Amino acid sequence: MTAPCPEPLLLLENVVKTYPGHPPVHVLRGIDLKVRRGELVAVVGPSGSGKSTLLSLIGTLDHPSSGRILFEGHDLAHLSGSEIAALRAHRIGFVFQQFFLLPAQTAVENVAGGLLYTGEGPRRRRERAVEALQDVGLGQRLGHRPEQLSGGEKQRVAIARALVGRPALLLADEPTGALDSVSGSSIIDLLRDLNTKGTTVMVITHDRELAESFPRRVGIQDGQVAFDDVDDRWPATDSRAAGTRPRA
Amino acid sequence: MMSSVPRPARLSPADLIRLGMVGPRTRTLRSVLSALGVALGVAALVAVTGISASHQAHLLDRLDRLGSNLITVSPGVDVDQRPVPLPKESVAMLAAVAPVETVSATGATQADIYRNDLVPVTQTNGLSVRSARLDLLGALRGNLRVGRWLDRATERLPVVVLGSEAADRLGISGPGERVWLCGKKIQCGWFSVLGILAPNPLVPEIDSTALTGRPQATARLGDDGTPATVYVRTHPARVTDVQAIAGATANPAAPNLVSVSRPSDLLKARAETKTSLEGMVLALAGVALAVGGLGIANTMVVGVMERRGEVGLRRALGARPGQIAAQFLIESVMLGLFGGTAGALVGGATVHLYASVKAWPTAVSLTWVTAGPVMAVVIAAGAGLYPALRAARMSPTEALRSA
Repeated sequence: MTAPCPEPLLLLENVVKTYPGHPPVHVLRGIDLKVRRGELVAVVGPSGSGKSTLLSLIGTLDHPSSGRILFEGHDLAHLSGSEIAALRAHRIGFVFQQFFLLPAQTAVENVAGGLLYTGEGPRRRRERAVEALQDVGLGQRLGHRPEQLSGGEKQRVAIARALVGRPALLLADEPTGALDSVSGSSIIDLLRDLNTKGTTVMVITHDRELAESFPRRVGIQDGQVAFDDVDDRWPATDSRAAGTRPRA
Repeated sequence: MMSSVPRPARLSPADLIRLGMVGPRTRTLRSVLSALGVALGVAALVAVTGISASHQAHLLDRLDRLGSNLITVSPGVDVDQRPVPLPKESVAMLAAVAPVETVSATGATQADIYRNDLVPVTQTNGLSVRSARLDLLGALRGNLRVGRWLDRATERLPVVVLGSEAADRLGISGPGERVWLCGKKIQCGWFSVLGILAPNPLVPEIDSTALTGRPQATARLGDDGTPATVYVRTHPARVTDVQAIAGATANPAAPNLVSVSRPSDLLKARAETKTSLEGMVLALAGVALAVGGLGIANTMVVGVMERRGEVGLRRALGARPGQIAAQFLIESVMLGLFGGTAGALVGGATVHLYASVKAWPTAVSLTWVTAGPVMAVVIAAGAGLYPALRAARMSPTEALRSA
């Protein structure tokens, strides 16, 4: 008897996204993708290839025009708006290029805001925010406002906010896009470090070079998966053997 | 195994208030300015109503001191509109009524009063000359602004005590000055001013009267002894009873031809009458409130547009559209609440300042102090509704992309 195959964290089946208009814009044309728990995936593609739309669909911020998205086995099409919002609050963390920190709030308040919609009480939110900031190396910056932080530190605060709820999936959209190369590589190191601690991380980038440093690279071109490479430099695990079409 | 779907969480009231403060904390100046419009409207409402109430309280306060138990009895007019004099005995008759505490009277004379003998006789300044009993001042609870009241000696001398208005019109500032009393049927002559009365709002006719002693008036000014006005102080609880029988007591032969009134009623009614100016200022305050509401709506619309990124982020963090709407609606309500409360405080302070300058008691209408902020909150909620719905309807992807 064989052990049951672990359920994928994320499964996309023939996902299509079309924006109505004259003519309609076909952004995604049948995406199939399977992401297992603990993976570190780079979604790479040129601008306009549909990778940001893919992130919105995976992050449940938008609905596909057709096809199925299963998150932890739940078909998103069968969940209500409130359930999907709760799913985002508890199970998905977002990191954006522009950080989106609230300027009037301190680092710890910004991070605690990541738990606001989870039903956690204010004291516990703050405690967890302090822990999350310590985890990203900003234990000394708790009371600083965004304007008092460097770009790299702001992005660390944003990552702490995404992680504070211990999500199953961390989605990062061009997380190094607004940073210099040193800060950028430290952010990538941080994401890698988080991944080794068990968080599934998907990074969206247009930077091929950056993507090359990831163990799995999914290339998007014209709304389709152009390639899905799993690097054998990285120790192969069950979860890593997830590429739907490993490059020969 | 498939994990269960997390349960949607509600925001606590404290969290909602904290969320409502995000905008004002970030854009303090703009928030203060937009709340200012509402604040001005509420301040105007509270100040206008408060100043009016303080004035009223002042009048009623004075009325209390002057006493509301005064009844005046004066000659009525017959069918030909000719005054019917009161009988000479009317003063004694009224004094005999049990609940009556004090009675005094003025008597009509044939004289007019002038600044000097060079003033044309037709320029009477609307002033009248009356004879006064010595107890008149006490019955009216009047005060002297300056000088002395008549006494047993001076009531026989050619002296006058002027009402405040009479002194002003004649240009007399103190005792010792001379005035000219003259009339068709009497011998004209100089009279000395003995004193000047303080204004008496209860019996304003005394203010424009020159009073002289009865013996002097009878001897020189043609006073025939019939009372011009009888002033009756009664037991405070029996005023209406006395008022009912005063006519028949004063002139049993023709009770209908006696005019009986209670001047405090008139004064009270006047104190409680709202002026048309007050109505206009209230209307303007309403307009200011409405304009303040538009200011808040404008701030909120601009705020929502500027904060698309925040809206997108909050949706990504798990906020439902309703929670986004609630955040912006509460922010708007907070602006209204701050503006309204500040306005009520400023309005109250204005009333206090104005009343202290005027030496009135401060009477701030509690209704308006409460209603002002409530109206501000309601207006702000109305103003914030559209921006809040707009924020809630934003697509999170669009909001994040366009930020």
